[in-house]
Amino acid sequence: MYWSGGTEIITLGRVNLVYTEAVIDLKHIPECRALAVNDQSLIVGSALTLSELYDSRVFPLLGETGSGVADRTSRNKITLGGNICSQFIYKEAVLPLLLTDSDLVIAGPSGARRIPIGQIFNGTLRLGSGEFLVQSVTDSQYLTMPHFSIKKRKVAAIDYPVVTTAAIRTNSGIRLAFSGLCAFPFRSAALERLLNESKLPVAERVGLAASQLPAPILSDMKASAAYREIVWKNVLIDILTTLGE
Amino acid sequence: MRIELLLNGEKHLVEVQPPELLLDVLRETFGLTGAKPGCRNGDCGTCTVTVNGWPMKSCLMLAAEASGQAVVTVEGLGDADIQQAFVDKFAFQCGYCTPGFIMNIHALSSKHPQADEATIRDWLQSNICRCTGYEEIRQAVVSVLEGKVKGM
Ligand SMILES: Cc1cc2nc3c(=O)[nH]c(=O)nc-3n(C[C@H](O)[C@H](O)[C@H](O)COP(=O)(O)OP(=O)(O)OC[C@H]3O[C@@H](n4cnc5c(N)ncnc54)[C@H](O)[C@@H]3O)c2cc1C
Ligand code: FES
Ligand code: FES
Repeated sequence: MYWSGGTEIITLGRVNLVYTEAVIDLKHIPECRALAVNDQSLIVGSALTLSELYDSRVFPLLGETGSGVADRTSRNKITLGGNICSQFIYKEAVLPLLLTDSDLVIAGPSGARRIPIGQIFNGTLRLGSGEFLVQSVTDSQYLTMPHFSIKKRKVAAIDYPVVTTAAIRTNSGIRLAFSGLCAFPFRSAALERLLNESKLPVAERVGLAASQLPAPILSDMKASAAYREIVWKNVLIDILTTLGE
Repeated sequence: MRIELLLNGEKHLVEVQPPELLLDVLRETFGLTGAKPGCRNGDCGTCTVTVNGWPMKSCLMLAAEASGQAVVTVEGLGDADIQQAFVDKFAFQCGYCTPGFIMNIHALSSKHPQADEATIRDWLQSNICRCTGYEEIRQAVVSVLEGKVKGM
C-alpha cells in the first residue's frame, strides 16, 4: 500500500477499516516532493502537504481549496496525493486540478505516463494495479486567473463539507467544480454551459442548475438534500456575481 | 526496526515497531508524557509536538516517519515565553490541552512572528480545549507575538 501523509491509513487503521502488511512511503521519492515551474507549467509533487501548498502561494486556488481540508496542524501532514486518493468521498484538493485541465503523472510497474485529469479522474482516480500518483502538471496561464473557493460546513469551523465549491474565470467563461454536493467530486460541462448562458438572468440559470447535476444531491447527517441544494444555489449566485459576466 | 530520533536536542537510537505511533513512543519509551492522548484520531491536538519546527499531531505520525527528524515535546521547551504567557493570562483550567496548545503556539511564534488574526485563528483551530479557555489562550498568544510577556 502506498503511504503519503499516512493520516488516513493511521486513523482508518485504528478502527480496522484499513489493513496493510507493508507500506511504501512516497515522501522519499524526489519527484513526489517536486514543486517547480517548467516550460510554462507548474509541477506539484503528490507528497507535498496541503500546508506547503498553501504557504508556497504558487497556485492560490489550490492552496486555498486545500486549506479548507481538516485543520492547519493536520494539513502539515495531509498531502495532495493522499487527499485525491482518499477513501472519503470529498477529495477537495482535486477541484482546482479539474478546473485547470491539469495533467497527472502516474507511475507503476510498467513505467510512468502523463494523462489529462479528465481521462483518469471520474469521481475517483482510476489507477491501475500498482500505480500511484506522482505529480500534477498545470498550465501556468491558469495560476493567476480570477478564482473563488468556498467551503460550507454544517456548524463547526473544521468539518467535512456540506458543499465545497471552487471556480475560476477563464477567457471562455466560468468553470466550477464541487465536492460534498453529490457522492463524488466533479466538474460538469453541461452545468458550466448553463451557468455561462449570459442571456438568461442569474437567478434563472441557478434555478435550472440542479437539472444538470451528474448524480442526486447527497442527503446525510450533515445536511438533507433540500438544504444542500439551497446552500449550493446561494454559493452559485455569489460566484456568478463575484466572478462577473 | 531501529530509528534515530533527535529528541529535545539529544540524539537517541531506539528500537520501535513499524506501526507504532510517535505519540506512544514518546510516552512509553521515553516517559515524555507531555504529549497527551486525547482522540488519537487527529481531531483534538492535545498530542501536538514539533517536528523540524512545525507543529505535528504525534497521533498522526509513525515513530518510523520521525526517524532523522528533530522532535521537540513540551518537556524540551525550556523557558519559552508562551509558558509564562499561559500563567500570566490564566490560559488553562484542567490543563490537559495545555502542552498541545503551547507546542502549536510556540511553532506559530517562531514561524510567523508577525502572524495576523486570520493566521492565529487558522493555526489555533487545530487544538480543542474542553474547558473552553479560548479567549485567555488567544490573549496569551497575542502577548507572546507582541513581546509583552512578564519575566519569570
Ligand atoms: C483530522 C482530519 C480531518 C479531515 N478533514 C477532511 C476534510 O475536511 N476534507 C477532506 O477532503 N478530507 C479530510 N480528511 C481526510 C484526509 O484529507 C484524507 O484522509 C487524506 O487521504 C489524507 O492524506 P494523507 O496524505 O495523509 O493520505 P494517506 O493516509 O497517506 O493515504 C490515503 C489513501 O490514499 C492512498 N494514496 C496516498 N497517496 C497516494 C498516491 N500518491 N498515489 C496513489 N495512492 C495514494 C493511500 O494508499 C491511502 O489509501 C481529514 C483527515 C483528518 C485526519
Ligand atoms: S490525540 Fe492526537 S489529535 Fe487528538
Ligand atoms: S484547560 Fe482543560 S481542556 Fe483546556
